[in-house]
Amino acid sequence: MGRLQPYALFAAAIVLPLVFSNGGFVNFLADAGAFVLLALGLNVVVGFAGLLDLGYAAFFAIGSYTFAMLASPQFGIHIPFWVMLFVASGVAAVFGILLGAPTLRLRGDYLAIVTLGFGEIVPQTFLNLSQWTGGPNGIGSLDQPAIFNFRFGFQALPYYYLILGLIAVAVLAASNLRASRLGRAWMAIREDELAAAHAGINTTTTKLAAFAIGASFSGLAGCAYASKLQLVSPDQFGFNVSVAVLSMLVLGGMGNIPGVIVGSLVISSLDRFILPQLTNFMHGFGISIDLTNSRFLIYGVILVLTMLFRPEGLIPSRQRKAELRAGPDVLPAEQTLYTEAAP
Amino acid sequence: MDLFLQQLVNGLSLGGIYALIALGYTMIYGIIELINFAHGDVYTLGTFFSLAILTLLGVTGVVTGPLLIVVVVVTMLGAMILCGLTGVVIERLAYRRLRNAPRLAPLITAIGMSFILENVMQYWRGPSPIPFPQVIPNPDVHLGAVTIATKQILVVVLAVALMIVLRAFVYRTKLGKAMRATAQDRDAAQLMGIDINTTIALTFLIGSALAGAAGFVSGVYYGSTWFFNGFGAGLKAFTAAVLGGIGNLTGAMLGGFLIGLIEAMTTQLISDQWSNVVVFSVLVLVLIFRPSGLLGESLPAKV
Amino acid sequence: MALLQLESVSLHFGGLVAVDKLDFSVEAGSIVTMIGPNGAGKSTVFNLITGIYAPSGGRITFDGRTISGLKTSTIAAGGISRTFQNIRLFAFMSALDNVMTGEHARMRANVLDSLLHTPAQRAEERRVRERAFELLRFVKLDHVGENYARNLAYGMQRRLEIARALAAEPKLLLLDEPAAGMNANEKGELIDLIRRIRDLGVTIFLIEHDMRLVKQISERITVLDHGEKIAEGLPDAVCADPKVIEAYLGAPA
Repeated sequence: MGRLQPYALFAAAIVLPLVFSNGGFVNFLADAGAFVLLALGLNVVVGFAGLLDLGYAAFFAIGSYTFAMLASPQFGIHIPFWVMLFVASGVAAVFGILLGAPTLRLRGDYLAIVTLGFGEIVPQTFLNLSQWTGGPNGIGSLDQPAIFNFRFGFQALPYYYLILGLIAVAVLAASNLRASRLGRAWMAIREDELAAAHAGINTTTTKLAAFAIGASFSGLAGCAYASKLQLVSPDQFGFNVSVAVLSMLVLGGMGNIPGVIVGSLVISSLDRFILPQLTNFMHGFGISIDLTNSRFLIYGVILVLTMLFRPEGLIPSRQRKAELRAGPDVLPAEQTLYTEAAP
Repeated sequence: MDLFLQQLVNGLSLGGIYALIALGYTMIYGIIELINFAHGDVYTLGTFFSLAILTLLGVTGVVTGPLLIVVVVVTMLGAMILCGLTGVVIERLAYRRLRNAPRLAPLITAIGMSFILENVMQYWRGPSPIPFPQVIPNPDVHLGAVTIATKQILVVVLAVALMIVLRAFVYRTKLGKAMRATAQDRDAAQLMGIDINTTIALTFLIGSALAGAAGFVSGVYYGSTWFFNGFGAGLKAFTAAVLGGIGNLTGAMLGGFLIGLIEAMTTQLISDQWSNVVVFSVLVLVLIFRPSGLLGESLPAKV
Repeated sequence: MALLQLESVSLHFGGLVAVDKLDFSVEAGSIVTMIGPNGAGKSTVFNLITGIYAPSGGRITFDGRTISGLKTSTIAAGGISRTFQNIRLFAFMSALDNVMTGEHARMRANVLDSLLHTPAQRAEERRVRERAFELLRFVKLDHVGENYARNLAYGMQRRLEIARALAAEPKLLLLDEPAAGMNANEKGELIDLIRRIRDLGVTIFLIEHDMRLVKQISERITVLDHGEKIAEGLPDAVCADPKVIEAYLGAPA
């Protein structure tokens, strides 16, 4: 990325909904933006630190429900939106640490399964604790943000700019972290955890930092998305969501911020534009198949094809491409059942 | 106490199904160290295939007499063969290329594969649960205050029988020995002249066939099926495999029955809604405190 | 008092005794080598020192403090660095990044600093980068700083691993077969490098098989066989010791 490119793109993003001001399109942009935020968060965990989290939707759920419970008629608590951004991301970060802690000694695939388990446990718990969480119906009538006298209301445009702002913060945070002591520590752990420990890196705190920071992004997304949607319910946070976000990373290029953003936008567009257009296209040929219901099939195909033919993603980081194309006997650390055997 | 015994019976039959699925997980993990995410969906496919075969045979309810044995054998074998082939195809298409890739790659591919299978099944029979014919007459057997359904006996007997056959194959035949060798040290096995590709394909064949058998049994047991069954059942079966000791056949069996018991007890004592949470918590706890499982050996790290 | 002290250290793996009541010490400022036939337990001793294993018995002290039972990262941050028998570099990080990572324990930036890129953090990054370059120069790798570690020639990888280990400003440097796979020229340069490292004030504890190199560089040699110390002393004396010869060649028929 050139030095000026990010700023140009950001300026374009600001102008975009003013040029294409179709309400449905702006709504799509805002929703897509929330998922960009989620993808950036998962990217910290998976892309930077190499911890394959298959249950990331759990943190999205935690962020969203935290907002819903503290800024709605549910308990009569109405913490201001801008404070909630901090509260929700903080709570999500804490849970990032809690849910990450059990996975610390586990090797890659076991870690993935445990996070998957948590990804199931969390929404199920929200569903079960219905006196507090509204059960299957969830919580509605959530508070909306307000700046001075301007209340956000039901238009998508202000939410879009809010989310764009959050994305800017997230991108800045992520790129700062990557080029820092912590970022190097994450990379080192990903490459060879034992050698990293011998360089004085406390693998426990380093991994927990990845979980916490990654989770905090979904806390931000949770606030924005929940308040825009005006509803939080358990079925918004299933495995499908975790896989969708993971697909964004895999397709776009894990570990690479521009790649992740592009991957996220492509997958969001899939739903909104590409599949309906393809369906129409097929209809034109007399093939009446409805592709809009096949989004999960498409995600699956994307995952498989990408890993088989372009595992580094659409816009890879140079490092990742080299790692994934290198073949056998390059990553020494994954020989054994455990990572560090030390007490 | 009676309640306990009843749940014991329920748990054992639930567990039989999980055990059959867990065997496949553990075999595949043992040989290529991959958590075959799609395995749970192969199990559901087994139910779907069974349904198709039964429909072909014109079976819609209970079958009596000697015909019953024919129907059961044909359907189960049919499901096993079809699932076995599915497993082989999946391995060939999706996993073989990635055998030497960083381990996250095949895992992600497996997830993708799982999604594909689930959606194919959704297209095939729709998004709602589908009824499955009863097939076997199901008189209850009463032992004191405990009621055992015939199909529950069927599940357990079948699971144990298949496991005995599997063990015999793995420990007494040349192909089985090749599987064990490949699982222990792939390169050495190759140097000894073992065809790795065939051996791995065979493992997938057998593991998936067992899942197919579980699929058939599950259809009879639950009386219905659903395209999304495999996800939850797969996770629980994987928990069973880990609990018993991943890579260990007896462990998978033991783990399966234990998980079945845990699920039955939780459903009884707390509620059905929490049984998933409890089983997954077991997974987390096992992986934290005893990752080698009940029957696995602790492997110290070699530096 | 010795810089590193092993007091009656043992390590059992179930029934297998890997190290048997080992008493051993390393004086500050010295260069000490451990030799022994394959499987004698030499790398295991290193693994005990750096905390990969906790001893089943006995105690390890370093710089006056007990380190046995501590986490590897704590021990490393406390002044012990090592290289590995099978090189363990961060393959897909540049040589420079590898060394910069080595400085992790000596850096002060915390999560917040890293997040915000405060002026202090940026200044520290510049210093760390400078120092990493110096270290690359010290091991004569400054011309390949940007290359991925895995693309470097074997001998260069070994030197890079040493540079990374030095980045942590260790008091004690453990080198696990640093000369393995090197040709005569490279070994000569390695001897020179080890001496220069010692001149910096770092104590060096080596495992090696090349006896010529060992004799040239060691002030003291310890011989391990089957997890036990069987001889110790000055190079010539140790090499003539019949027990040592027997350990390597077997008893006379």
